[in-house]
Amino acid sequence: MSAESLGLAASRPMIASRRAGPSGERVFAVLVTAAAWVVLIALGAVAAAMFWGGLPAFRAFGWRFLYGTEWNAVTRQFAALVPIYGTLVTALIAMLIAVPVSFGIAVFLIEVAPRWLRGPVAAAIELLAGVPSIIYGMWGLFVFVPFMSEQVEPWLIDHLGPLPVFGVLFQGAPLGIGMLTSGIILGIMVLPFISSVMRDVFALVPVELKESAYAMGCTRWEVAWRIMLPYTRSAVAGGIFLGLGRALGETMAVTFVLGNAHDLSFSLMDPGNSIAAVIANEFTEADSALYRASLIALGLLLFVVTFLVLAGARLLLVRLARQRGE
Amino acid sequence: MQRIIAVAVLAVAVAFATIAPAGAQEITGAGSTFVYPILSKWSADYSEMSSKRVNYQSIGSGGGIAQVKAGTVDFGASDMPLPPDDLAALGLAQFPLVIGGILPVVNLPGIEAGRLKLTGPVLAGIYLGQIKSWNDPAITALNPGLALPASRIIVVHRSDGSGTTFNWVDYLSKISPEWKAKVGANTSVAWPTGVGGKGNEGVAAYVERLKGAIGYVEYAYVLQNKMAYALVQNAAGAYVTPGAASFQAAAASADWRGAKDFSLVMTNAPGAGAYPVTATTFILLHKVPRDAARGHEAIGFFTWALEHGQAAATALDYVPMPAPVVAMIEQYWHATLHD
Repeated sequence: MSAESLGLAASRPMIASRRAGPSGERVFAVLVTAAAWVVLIALGAVAAAMFWGGLPAFRAFGWRFLYGTEWNAVTRQFAALVPIYGTLVTALIAMLIAVPVSFGIAVFLIEVAPRWLRGPVAAAIELLAGVPSIIYGMWGLFVFVPFMSEQVEPWLIDHLGPLPVFGVLFQGAPLGIGMLTSGIILGIMVLPFISSVMRDVFALVPVELKESAYAMGCTRWEVAWRIMLPYTRSAVAGGIFLGLGRALGETMAVTFVLGNAHDLSFSLMDPGNSIAAVIANEFTEADSALYRASLIALGLLLFVVTFLVLAGARLLLVRLARQRGE
Repeated sequence: MQRIIAVAVLAVAVAFATIAPAGAQEITGAGSTFVYPILSKWSADYSEMSSKRVNYQSIGSGGGIAQVKAGTVDFGASDMPLPPDDLAALGLAQFPLVIGGILPVVNLPGIEAGRLKLTGPVLAGIYLGQIKSWNDPAITALNPGLALPASRIIVVHRSDGSGTTFNWVDYLSKISPEWKAKVGANTSVAWPTGVGGKGNEGVAAYVERLKGAIGYVEYAYVLQNKMAYALVQNAAGAYVTPGAASFQAAAASADWRGAKDFSLVMTNAPGAGAYPVTATTFILLHKVPRDAARGHEAIGFFTWALEHGQAAATALDYVPMPAPVVAMIEQYWHATLHD
């Protein structure tokens, strides 16, 4: 059973029945093809423009731009490791939070919730998606940061900090501002995107499948995990990618709570930096050509990082499908 | 379909109409965010009087310099003076417009505004990450009567490039050879420690949220938000209260006559009553404007602002240039600007 057939199979006969004239058909084909090409051409042009703009930085620093940690406008030495690391770590924390919670929300809405509750909860989640990111940033700074620095982080430092290996993530001072806080806020921000996709596709799982499973004595968890999730796997993955892409590129909320410090630190408590935050903070006052080129090069790297992460995730999905012999 | 095209054409036409170049009635400028409030006030007052408008975009000092270089605006505003060689190469003239001060602000419960005393070397030590705790002997020695906590000092700095940062680190560079060697002065620097907030408001928000934090913000911002500032010892050894009097004392004791194109950073001024971290916003103009009429209008506006705009500036917590400096600026215009 392939998830690609979802939805499409149902709508195809309708298209066939509504015949337009041959010229109308051609115009339609040209229009939709053009729409698809506009995206591809725009994407290619953006990448080319950023490569062109960032070229002076790549020329000046070479490969060091990728693995160096310095970022100094006075000596004009720039390298991207700190923001790349911060971008990946915060997005990873966000996904660790958002994916399981979204799954829970979607299963609750489809399988568990009484019918009268589904509408309001679904509407509330979609409303979350409409909250501007600056509001998340300000809420994060004024409400969530004090809570993290007074309640959560001291506990984490006391209890998880002394652990071997793992503990290095939880050492330092409880500032409240840093990668952990940013990751949690990003998680809340991408949650509505992932959960609404999951809910929509879970609703499309044929009732016969679920009923058969229940008839065989499956629990709700088994139905959700063994029937609904495998059936909708690639659509669910699409929803997760949507959220991941947003988490990687989020700017405003992260700028408020990440601390904007060019320091490489393994502790999640410490302030860091992300690619989007660096660009937003520093572009207006980038006073030398090399500084500006380095920021544009960072933009290209965000592009590349996002592409690699998403491509890697797709590859994983394909391999999983093959393992199951599909 | 035709209707959609018509709507699209209309939308594009409207978009172009709004970004079309303004007529000679409007003087355009761009740059420093620090002077934005006073420039908008002056612009409103000036247009009531003369029916000429000044359109100022607060895009940041670096952006202002870039725009005036490119000739897209009539004047640029920067919190960092350009060196005379650069000005000559670009055909630009430069003069100071208003004065402000930069104050260290702290979040130490129980310690009110103006109670904590700090010196330049201690501030440099804190920002270098060498003085880590509020009860460090270097700080307690300056504040015998104050009960300082043993808590960690959280350093807050600007995350965006800024003229405020430039003046702050320029002061630290003048005071501390180690700062000068390790970090230096620029609109953005590689901070040895601390967290970065965007804009004065970002730094202020971090300082207010984090106990034991120290940051630096503009004087007007400290006043409007009633923040707890610390006093800084000046070059003469005194702890002067920041305010119009001590900023003007710094402007008066600065050696404007000896500075070609007014290219002078006022920090660590020598006067006995001078506030040590005083900053100036500079206006950049083309010596030979592309459009002579608009060049004249820009000068007309700045003449009016320097001679008659003092009350508006004071009301907004800026400090106007002292009269002798205004006279020097007008002489400089006669000597350097042409049609």
